[in-house]
Amino acid sequence: MKNSINHKIHHQIKKMFWMTAAAFTLALSACSSSASQDAVTARTLADIQSSGKVVIGVFSDKAPFGYVDASGNYQGYDVYFADRIGKDLGAAVEYVSLEPANRVEYLETAKVDIVLANFTVTEERAEAVDFASPYMKVALGVVSPDSALITDVSQLSGKTLIVAKGTTAETYFTENHPEVNLLKFDQYTETFNALLDGRGDAFSTDNTEVLAWALQNPGFTVGVPSLGGLDTIAPAVRKGNTELLNWLNEEIIALGTEEFFHQDYDETLLPVYGDAVNPDDLVVEGGIVE
Amino acid sequence: MQDMGVRVLFEGANGVRLLKGLWTALRISLLSMAFSFVLGTLLGCAMTLKNPVVKAAAKIYLEFIRIMPQLVLLFLAYFGMTKAFGIQLSGYASALIVFTMWGTAEMGDLVRGVLISIPKHQYLSGLALGLSPWRVYLHIIFPQSARRLIPLAINLSTRMIKTTSLVVLIGVVEVLKVGQQIIEANRYAAPSGALWVYGAVFLLYFIACYPISSLARLLENKWKG
Repeated sequence: MKNSINHKIHHQIKKMFWMTAAAFTLALSACSSSASQDAVTARTLADIQSSGKVVIGVFSDKAPFGYVDASGNYQGYDVYFADRIGKDLGAAVEYVSLEPANRVEYLETAKVDIVLANFTVTEERAEAVDFASPYMKVALGVVSPDSALITDVSQLSGKTLIVAKGTTAETYFTENHPEVNLLKFDQYTETFNALLDGRGDAFSTDNTEVLAWALQNPGFTVGVPSLGGLDTIAPAVRKGNTELLNWLNEEIIALGTEEFFHQDYDETLLPVYGDAVNPDDLVVEGGIVE
Repeated sequence: MQDMGVRVLFEGANGVRLLKGLWTALRISLLSMAFSFVLGTLLGCAMTLKNPVVKAAAKIYLEFIRIMPQLVLLFLAYFGMTKAFGIQLSGYASALIVFTMWGTAEMGDLVRGVLISIPKHQYLSGLALGLSPWRVYLHIIFPQSARRLIPLAINLSTRMIKTTSLVVLIGVVEVLKVGQQIIEANRYAAPSGALWVYGAVFLLYFIACYPISSLARLLENKWKG
């Protein structure tokens, strides 16, 4: 999901606003006492258990990972995991709807205990929050028409590949495969239409996106389901909330022994991806990425 | 495909969820508007005073609120207050505070503008008749000001209703966000639902704003005669 261009533009606008806000916050903190760093503390594992409630931040509009169903209940791959966390903590889960741009802030201000919102692990974010072990991985995928199916990147040499501007696919191919001609578009919908019109030989973006798209469009197949640097997705807690972090890591290891995330996949992602996806391309068990 | 799209609106509790979202947006904007009306009138009156300290303070407040995007103010109230002072406000409370502060600033400036637009002879004639300054305001200035203020205040109210779509960034789920949730939940099953959902949201905003405009027109006509 990290890859959508709309999302990127959105993110940039939000980031701009947010930076202004951050500057003012900084000014505010500077004015207040030097103890501002400890103005707020995260709830410990014991706090959560004794209160009988764990506050988990998820997406409410990113199907099939975190969304709200017609009855108003949270659903999806992330939520399935969150429900289990609540059960194993012995606490009721209170869901908070997050946006991509405010996930770090929610943890920094301790407004949520855990973020489970399709949170891709990056170095920049790891400086602000503590990531537990991953429970999912994403890579790039390449989709092409069945009549001229691309099953390996080497086949793309000298051919035209469609990408959306500002995505990891654009960066990856520009840096690693200069022999591929790139046809770039601003909008996501344009890229899919360009492929349908035959303006390019293939299209590349997040594998979850191309896989879901290929399923809806007969005659197209994802010949390369996993390419480029692998990004992992993991739960996050407030920086320094080690107790809760350790508990999550142990939980993920314990869940691995019962293949929990494969069950999660079957319940939430299988209906969307069908046979087009090998669960092992997305699911991470026990926090170990091969 | 078309009928599949419209069905999204009636599936499960979706309709009720949209209405609840609208109620959230209205509760924030109308309550803030009520506060802003009272505080803004006071601020506007204060701004017409000759006292330079009051004038400067009001000016700084007004410019600060005006220059800052509402989103930044919302972030400051919701996250900033926690980071700086450890104060945990709910998203709803933060929204109320920010919208009231914004509304007060805008309303104050409108009231000030209207008050100084009343010709000076209206004030002077009242005083010449022997009315106390308070009575001059009550019987002469305010009735004329109200008539000029109504269209401006209505414009501000409807703007405020529409700006509530920002509160989702501090975790308050309002009508537009509910709409996006419904669209995304049906992204694969009914891709044409987006148009219908946005149509419904448009209609809901219209239903919320139209009575306010009508009321304003009614008052304007009534006071014209």
